[in-house]
Amino acid sequence: MRELSLHILDIVQNSISADATLISIYINEDIEGDRLTIKIGDNGRGIPEDKLMHITDPFYTTRKTREVGLGLALFAQAARRCEGDLQVDSGVGEGTVVTAFFSYSHIDRPPMGDIKGTLISLIALNPGIDFMYKHIYGGKKFFLDTREIKRELQGIEINQNEVLGWLRGYISEALEDLYGGEG
Amino acid sequence: MKSLEELKKLREELQKEMLARNSKGKTKIVIGMGTCGIAAGAREVLQAVLQEIEKRKLDVVVSQTGCIGMCEKEPLLDVQLPGKDRITYGNVTKEDVQRIIVEHVINGNIVEDLVVARLEEGGE
Repeated sequence: MRELSLHILDIVQNSISADATLISIYINEDIEGDRLTIKIGDNGRGIPEDKLMHITDPFYTTRKTREVGLGLALFAQAARRCEGDLQVDSGVGEGTVVTAFFSYSHIDRPPMGDIKGTLISLIALNPGIDFMYKHIYGGKKFFLDTREIKRELQGIEINQNEVLGWLRGYISEALEDLYGGEG
Repeated sequence: MKSLEELKKLREELQKEMLARNSKGKTKIVIGMGTCGIAAGAREVLQAVLQEIEKRKLDVVVSQTGCIGMCEKEPLLDVQLPGKDRITYGNVTKEDVQRIIVEHVINGNIVEDLVVARLEEGGE
């Protein structure tokens, strides 16, 4: 994957497949501490202990349609290339949390990329799922909770064209603020 | 607390039902969002689809599917007009999206050179 935001989009698909109704995405770009943390949590059905052991093995998958599961393996590899690692915490009925960390300044660290595209894709395709997004950059914060937006919309679908257009603008501005105009 | 839990389940079921009912008789676009699709550019294809729909004020249901085993042909994009066959387009680029929307979704003509599979109506 060329971008970390693509990994995020991909890992969230696992949460969607696990029937999660609430998915949280947390990004902390800690420049001073030279550490990038990405955490994706959900309230889905969780992973049994015996399956957790194989979770980042590319030749292990619970799917029947094919024999490889690459998403988590690719994300773990990306982290390990950058003096980081990936951890999966889960239990049946307890949801799942995937945490990856990277050395922020590592030469092999993929760029964050189009995080707005990732968020819009998730919201547009999964109007029934709620997303909590928290992004910290050098101490500044951006927080988005689709439950709040849905409350304001009072029953109007969040993935209607006009609403998505508004969200696109809103997220653009928030990210520009976060990155101090350079994002 | 059990009753609240039940209410939540009921709401989810109703929401799904509502979604299915609302999508009846509408054109459907399905994008492959498996790891293979995402790595091949599905997000950019989806953004292009959403922008075309917004620009042309189309009433189309956009949804996603996982890996269907044609990884080498990703990004995959399916179009199904009401009552018509489900057409799968492969190796779709941002530029192809406009053609597919205008020729197929709006004018009803299949973009033959991009088709990689077709599923007869009712064959799902």
